[in-house]
Amino acid sequence: MMAVTVIAIILQRNLFSVVVLAGVYSFLMATVLVALDAVDVAMTEASVGAGISAVLLLGALYLCGGEEAKPMARPWLPLAVTLVILAALVYGTLGLPAFSDPLSPIHTHVVPRYLLQGPVETGVPNVVTAVLASYRGYDTLGETMVVFTAGIGVIALLRRVRRGKGDKT
Amino acid sequence: MKREPVLRVVGKLLTPYMLVFALYVQFHGDFGPGGGFQAGVIAAASIIFYALIFGLPAARRLVPDAVVETMVALGAFLYLTVGFAGLALGGNYLDYFVLDRDPVAGQHRGIFWVELGVLITVAGVMLKIFYLFAGRRRED
Amino acid sequence: MSAFASHYTYWITALLMAAGLYTMIASGNLVKKLIGLSIFQTSVYLLYIAPGKLIGGTAPIVSEAFKVYSNPLPHVLILTAIVVGIATLALGLAIVVRVREAYGSIEEDEIVAADAGRGEGT
Repeated sequence: MMAVTVIAIILQRNLFSVVVLAGVYSFLMATVLVALDAVDVAMTEASVGAGISAVLLLGALYLCGGEEAKPMARPWLPLAVTLVILAALVYGTLGLPAFSDPLSPIHTHVVPRYLLQGPVETGVPNVVTAVLASYRGYDTLGETMVVFTAGIGVIALLRRVRRGKGDKT
Repeated sequence: MKREPVLRVVGKLLTPYMLVFALYVQFHGDFGPGGGFQAGVIAAASIIFYALIFGLPAARRLVPDAVVETMVALGAFLYLTVGFAGLALGGNYLDYFVLDRDPVAGQHRGIFWVELGVLITVAGVMLKIFYLFAGRRRED
Repeated sequence: MSAFASHYTYWITALLMAAGLYTMIASGNLVKKLIGLSIFQTSVYLLYIAPGKLIGGTAPIVSEAFKVYSNPLPHVLILTAIVVGIATLALGLAIVVRVREAYGSIEEDEIVAADAGRGEGT
């Protein structure tokens, strides 16, 4: 279903429907993530992708004029490049471990320690929060800084003009 | 949109519940899915919802620009301060177990303040970006 | 046949990645490019989280009733990645708005033509 949505996004030219389809795609992704037991990630993806993202895209569309996008005149080169990359990716994924293999390296290095010691050392049953805020607190600090910088960047870009076309600096 | 009675009533009813839900997600991040980021986004979404129904000036009266800009910086500052508190009390930067006599309680405290900082920054940034996009007049 | 069943998720991920990449490259419209970028990013999330799932496991919230948990480490990394993705989208959209105000259009070829025209004019 997600593949269908994505293909619809590619082929649609009306930008408003593209934004709505992107929201649908985010919700489908969140559902798939719940099916994969990633509940924290699904909540974040649903709220961010289908909520804030859609609002920002609609706001930007209003400011830019939400008409049609022009179709690409000669899509052969991008299509060829994409198909080559797709083939390379599929070839690469053949070397990856099978789905839900308990012995794959992702499950055997440091994660058993997080799962066993996490609630004991931090007193927090949600291992994702424990890892995010405590074991890998530096990464979360960096992420907060990224959000802060994005906010400042958007303020710097969009602060000035309220009326008239006078200042373009 | 603010003339429609259904939207007005529903908007006034739902906005506080959405904010309470954001706080619920924040504080129950320890026991279920949730945490700072989700809570921040939900809190910003509740104010955006209010702004969509009642108009941007009403939302600006509710949460003024100065408050939002302070929130953006305050959350990041809070996170950094928790790190320095760990440093001041004898551990490394961002050590939580030194924050209290009992290391596990220290972890709880550290995680609480850090997630609060994340909530404030994320909610502030999302709301400020919305204000900037929605407040800009279209130039044609 | 068993290769299909065990690697099916990876192929879906590769397909979504290729679709996002194609949208980014082949669209002239700047907003559609940004949407292609976000599709690409979501496919990367899937790429990370799918190997972490254990069939029969549950969400990584430790409690007495469950013994098998899905891997929490990719969840942590992808949580950061989602937030960074929306930061990128917000900044990209702000730039698109400014481009629109400076050039009057958000189609790539019109902008390039306007630049070439201005380059000769000045």
